[in-house]
Amino acid sequence: MTTITVNGRVSTVDVPPATPLLYVLRNDLRLDGPRLGCGLGQCGACTVHLDGEAVRSCLLPVGALAGRTITTLEGLGTAESPHPVAAAFVAEQAAQCGYCLSGWIMTTAALVAREPGAPDAALRRGLAGLKCRCGTHLAFLRAARRAADQAVVTAPLPS
Amino acid sequence: MSAPAGLTRRGFLARGGVLVAAALLPRLPPGLDAAPVDPPARWPELVPPEALASWIAIEEDGTVTAAVGKIEAGMGISTAFAQIVADELDAPFAAVSIRMGDTARTVDQRGTGSSNGIVQGGAALRRAAAQARQALLALAAEHLATPVEELTVADGVVQVVADPARTVAYGTLVAGRALSAVVDPAVPVKSPLEYRLVGHAVPRTDLPPKAAGTYEFLVNLRLPGMLHGAVIRPPAAGCRLIGVDSFDAMPGLVRVVTRGDFVGVVCEREEQARDVARGLGVRWTEPEARFPADADALYRHLREAPVVADDTAESVGEVGSALAQAARSLEAVYEYPFQSHACMGPACGVADVRTDAVTVWMGGQKPYPLRSAVAEMLNRPLETVRVIWLPGPGSYGMNDADDAAMDAVVLSATVGRPVRVQHQRADATAWDPKGPPASIRVAGGLDADGRITVFDWESRAFSARIRNPSTSRAGDSLAGELIGGFPGGGAPRFTHSQETYIFPHKRRHARLIDWGCSRTTGLRTSHLRDPVGPAACFASESFIDELAAAAGRDPVALRLEYLADARDRAVVAAAAERAGWQARPSPQPRPPDANHVCGRGIAYAPRNGATVAMVAEVEVELATGRYRVTRFVVAHDCGFVVNPLNLRGTIEANVIQAMSRALHEEVRFDATHVRSVDWLSYPILDITEVPDAIDIVVLNNTPTAPPRGAGEPATRPVAAAIANALFDATGVRLRRVPLRPADLLAGLNA
Repeated sequence: MTTITVNGRVSTVDVPPATPLLYVLRNDLRLDGPRLGCGLGQCGACTVHLDGEAVRSCLLPVGALAGRTITTLEGLGTAESPHPVAAAFVAEQAAQCGYCLSGWIMTTAALVAREPGAPDAALRRGLAGLKCRCGTHLAFLRAARRAADQAVVTAPLPS
Repeated sequence: MSAPAGLTRRGFLARGGVLVAAALLPRLPPGLDAAPVDPPARWPELVPPEALASWIAIEEDGTVTAAVGKIEAGMGISTAFAQIVADELDAPFAAVSIRMGDTARTVDQRGTGSSNGIVQGGAALRRAAAQARQALLALAAEHLATPVEELTVADGVVQVVADPARTVAYGTLVAGRALSAVVDPAVPVKSPLEYRLVGHAVPRTDLPPKAAGTYEFLVNLRLPGMLHGAVIRPPAAGCRLIGVDSFDAMPGLVRVVTRGDFVGVVCEREEQARDVARGLGVRWTEPEARFPADADALYRHLREAPVVADDTAESVGEVGSALAQAARSLEAVYEYPFQSHACMGPACGVADVRTDAVTVWMGGQKPYPLRSAVAEMLNRPLETVRVIWLPGPGSYGMNDADDAAMDAVVLSATVGRPVRVQHQRADATAWDPKGPPASIRVAGGLDADGRITVFDWESRAFSARIRNPSTSRAGDSLAGELIGGFPGGGAPRFTHSQETYIFPHKRRHARLIDWGCSRTTGLRTSHLRDPVGPAACFASESFIDELAAAAGRDPVALRLEYLADARDRAVVAAAAERAGWQARPSPQPRPPDANHVCGRGIAYAPRNGATVAMVAEVEVELATGRYRVTRFVVAHDCGFVVNPLNLRGTIEANVIQAMSRALHEEVRFDATHVRSVDWLSYPILDITEVPDAIDIVVLNNTPTAPPRGAGEPATRPVAAAIANALFDATGVRLRRVPLRPADLLAGLNA
């Protein structure tokens, strides 16, 4: 039995500890944001936040995550009330099929939270390794640019 | 409450109104999680295309459901469909939902492919919406006791022009009934001058839910009592199943299924199915050496193997003697590899095989043919089978989606419960049908004045349709092939060039080499985005460039000299102009002591009535051969554009994906195995490699220009444009895709 907090809700799941987090999120907790792209940690479609950091849930055994905080795409916002990063992606029409989209939004959200206003080169490096088979990359860069600029506006002021 | 256009829960359900008379179709319970509790013993063999109610339904609350026999493959066509319907019907855009690809509830338009969604699906929806508007106005005239000519409609509300306070809403007029008119193929439709939404930049309706994790992908489907399946494919070419080793109890294992060479497992949980499939001891016969040993051997084979079929697309003059008489002649051979769909998500298929009815949920492009294959696999009457499309990952032709659906059918039929099959990465990358390789020889000649007198283009390739690009027979699927005893389709498809240059002597000829040995392997071929197009264009546009260099001519000017079609000329000129093309021959003179050099190249390609030209700009590091494509300029003529905002995304996606195919993609193999199994062994373009910009010029976007489809045309010239740019930068001509830095370096050092 493992207790994790996902999108603000505490859940206890009764699965073998080696079960990858991705399957727990999708099948036990009925969350559809993170998806199976490869199961090998190569593509990023399964990306979630673990204590705020972007990680690949297909490689994380749930038994190692007791007491940790996990956020999926659903935890960022809704279609009617989107997270600013998700809104940036929609504003830039940054999706084709959208199957990979959760991974890109989650990675971008962590990236711009860490480095508001990051320059384009840093955005490219920060998104390196994520796969998009449809070829939406230019729109992703525009979305990340918008999200990074927004993050400057909304970043907490230094005290 | 408005229903967003695109896919919503409501898009899947029949609500208060039904699409055709209640006697024909079942009312479904709400909720995507639930399968039909009591499916009917029969679904209609056809959803009648002549019945207006097959296309449009209006509910009492004014929501409009339009049904079409196409699917959303990720390019945003569902938004375009909603624009068309809302415009023609004068209903609010937000009130329109599009139902797609359900064999029990949408007209058979075969599904999606050939960039024909707007042309076929859009046109049918426009006529149906126009017909519905007529029918509703007639009802309104009666309701308001006012002649139709004195009425106007806006946002789904009919109004008396002379007395605007007198109105009636569409929903009130319909009052829960179906529209009973017959579709008139000649129904007058609006003039483009009346369009409010079509032709305008309407944001895609599927993006907000996709960005929030609420879009109903097929992989989200969960049915009561559903089990999870995985497949175990033969480990190498020609391997036949000997048997499954005895095994201790494995967690969650419900059944191991073997039929012929088909092996699948069914478990309680998804990851259990994956683990069992990995860990199960399965014994196979020894592999057969069915493939060439490597890429070099493959291309040699294509050039030396017996030809089984020939086809001439064009023959003008006498190329043989013209070549012999040319003042200067050139010849080159171009090579293009196997390529994979490698879809973002390995395919998912769900099947619920009951004693008297079968429901299959699939993510592929062609739900209608699949219905026949399922019926054949199970030996059931067609009308007991229903295939429902749900969104999969982006689809680019015949990938592994139908195979996953048929795998699920086999497993569900065996265990008697709904089964969800989830393919793993290798089931997709290694096992999906591939785009075929080609070796293409082009010869040309110049006269003493440097004019091109002869152009002789000949391909040697495997058929692009070893595997049927629709799954209409059980034997078209991998499950059917592995089980055995099911004949499949498949047909000769030649690698032809479509360019329209006019030369005094010209031949475009294609030859096929047998590739039947690829059946039941990952190297069987089928349609991959712009089938055979990138290979053919790589050869023709590279060679035109080689002729230009030989003649000392500017590549743009030379093309314009030999192109007669006005639209082809227009895209070439427009791409060059937007790119700031400086007229001069290639290659660029090499600056002394340069570490990096830049270059530009152009390529053009017509495709089934659309036409595209693009300029690629590159920067090359001379010491390593590494290069960056820094910019594309694309001139794109696909006729009238329903959604210009969406067109940009479609063109960019075509170009980036095609750039990936040009720079990186080739399926690796040896004599017995497909070795491309994941993203490491089949790399695709990374975000650090994409150009800084793709500048787009759209031509011929006028309401009178027929729409030609934008799903594929911009893919075609990308490899050639890049190769031509690399030549311009370095003087090195790469004639094999992928365009490798190592080969560029070898050329620089030669």
